[in-house]
Amino acid sequence: MTINGAGATFPYPIYSKWFSEYNKLHPDVRINYQSIGSGGGIQQVTNRTVFFGATDGPMNEDQLKGAPGIMHFPTVLGAVVPVYNVAGVSELKFTGQALADIYLGKIKKWNDPALTKLNPGVKLPATDISVVHRSDGSGTTYIFVDYLSKISPQFKSDVGVSTSVKWPAGVGGKGNEGVSGLVTQTPGSIGYVELIYALQNKIPFGSVQNAAGEFVKASTDAVTKAAAAAAATIPEDFRVSITNAQGAGAYPISSFTWILLYQDPMDKRAGNAMVDFLKWALTDGQKYAPDLGYAPLPANVIMLEQAALDRIKVS
Amino acid sequence: MRSTDLRFRIGIGVFAAALLLIVVAIGITLANDSSLSLQRFGFRFWRTSNWDPVAGEFGALPFIWGTFYSSVLALAIATPVALGIAVFISELCPQALRAPLMFLTELLAAIPSIVYGLWGIFVLVPAVRAIEASMPEGLRALPLFSGPPFGVGMLAAALILAVMVVPFTSAVAREVLKTVPMTQREAAFALGATRFEAIRAAMFYARTGIIGAVMLGFGRALGETMAVTMVIGNNPQVSLSLFAPQYTMAAVIANEFTEAANALYLSALIEIGLVLFVITLLVNVLSRGLIWSMAPP
Repeated sequence: MTINGAGATFPYPIYSKWFSEYNKLHPDVRINYQSIGSGGGIQQVTNRTVFFGATDGPMNEDQLKGAPGIMHFPTVLGAVVPVYNVAGVSELKFTGQALADIYLGKIKKWNDPALTKLNPGVKLPATDISVVHRSDGSGTTYIFVDYLSKISPQFKSDVGVSTSVKWPAGVGGKGNEGVSGLVTQTPGSIGYVELIYALQNKIPFGSVQNAAGEFVKASTDAVTKAAAAAAATIPEDFRVSITNAQGAGAYPISSFTWILLYQDPMDKRAGNAMVDFLKWALTDGQKYAPDLGYAPLPANVIMLEQAALDRIKVS
Repeated sequence: MRSTDLRFRIGIGVFAAALLLIVVAIGITLANDSSLSLQRFGFRFWRTSNWDPVAGEFGALPFIWGTFYSSVLALAIATPVALGIAVFISELCPQALRAPLMFLTELLAAIPSIVYGLWGIFVLVPAVRAIEASMPEGLRALPLFSGPPFGVGMLAAALILAVMVVPFTSAVAREVLKTVPMTQREAAFALGATRFEAIRAAMFYARTGIIGAVMLGFGRALGETMAVTMVIGNNPQVSLSLFAPQYTMAAVIANEFTEAANALYLSALIEIGLVLFVITLLVNVLSRGLIWSMAPP
């Protein structure tokens, strides 16, 4: 049996690992996944041209109306980190407000009091900040602007939350590689990339203040903590943003990535196989996550999801 | 014999018609799928600059501007080089050098644009940034050079496009020069013309075809996507500054199409595709027409 899915590019490495490992355990089930982007995934699953979709941002109310009965299942977690290039500076602390003001173009110099106050002892130069953002529509942008919008009312009203936004400042690089390429080359620049990408390419990144007031440097642990803290208030449909999560040690620019399945799938056999796959991915499959740079789900979220998977009508 | 001839003609005719049909079908599909945006924005789409996917407001002027500006600049840089190569190869080049030179210029056309883009990011952009940063303050005050020295921006895009356009323009210009009758040059020499004057006479004879060759390069520059996206800075603004990050039509489609999840947004992107399709079609038809008026196919 072959099951087709499409969607987000961000979780593609772990999904393809899962599908091949699962196929070794169940040779009769082959899962094909096309990483065409979250928007495309939502569209294709809405039109039922694929059996399941995958997205980095939860579907909005309009999109849900188009796909009645669709369910969200968090699979792993990712995070976005601020990367910068300031000569002689290896550690920097940011607050959400400072990041928002930089991306709004309000903080223009590295030695702005807002930054020097956060970083006592760090010699910040009087040079301009060159702002770099993603030019392509991306879940990474979604997570980043979602966080900035929660912190800064002005960012929320001027820019808003989407996979592509109208940036008030800076230049756009295509993909994580485009942004990191521009940042590493441009003295005085700041950008944002996925945690995995920064870790794998050994790009230094700054720590960000969380809701509890701690400055946290992103790590898979700190991201899982953010999800664990959010689990207490997680809605039944799992459509939740966990940026700026409460809780000690939680990294604030974190997010779930979701698989989208219909509660009442037309193909019951495929539905059965998908439910079995997801139960495996949520338990045994999680151990593959840290090696690939993803944060595994916390235990309390997994329990909630297993209960939700049992609501899928497979017979 | 005659019936196989007829069947052959019909068969070939069907293929030729299919090609035409594909072009028409692309046009219809683009117009159809962009109807939402066409109705909603009308002509406003062409002349407003606000591109805000969150608010659902779409104006394509910065993309249209960026596409034309980068292509015109690229042509300004590429045309003298390409014509120089064409004249050298067809008029002055020693026989032994001719084949290797032709091969090398045409090799430029075979390099995938993503490779140009990577070269742009890692080699061209730092070089451009160094030039921008070392520019004297007096010049920086001019609108043509205003803004911070990012490296990425209009100048980098124009330079990379110029390199990509050169092989197309020079190859066609060379073919056009070949069609100039030998008698033209001989007549010039007979009148006591110098080498330079004889070449000028040949180029004047071939002028429509040469203009066509340049415009073919223009059509190529308009549609180039990946390399430009990687170096232009992707910031939708209408600016004269060579240093300003700007945006092109092809680049915004490549950047935003995959994640455009709502109907109006998608429709606006497809309308940009429609605009680009119509413009490139016109430019190519015109340039082909000029070339063929010189050298019938």
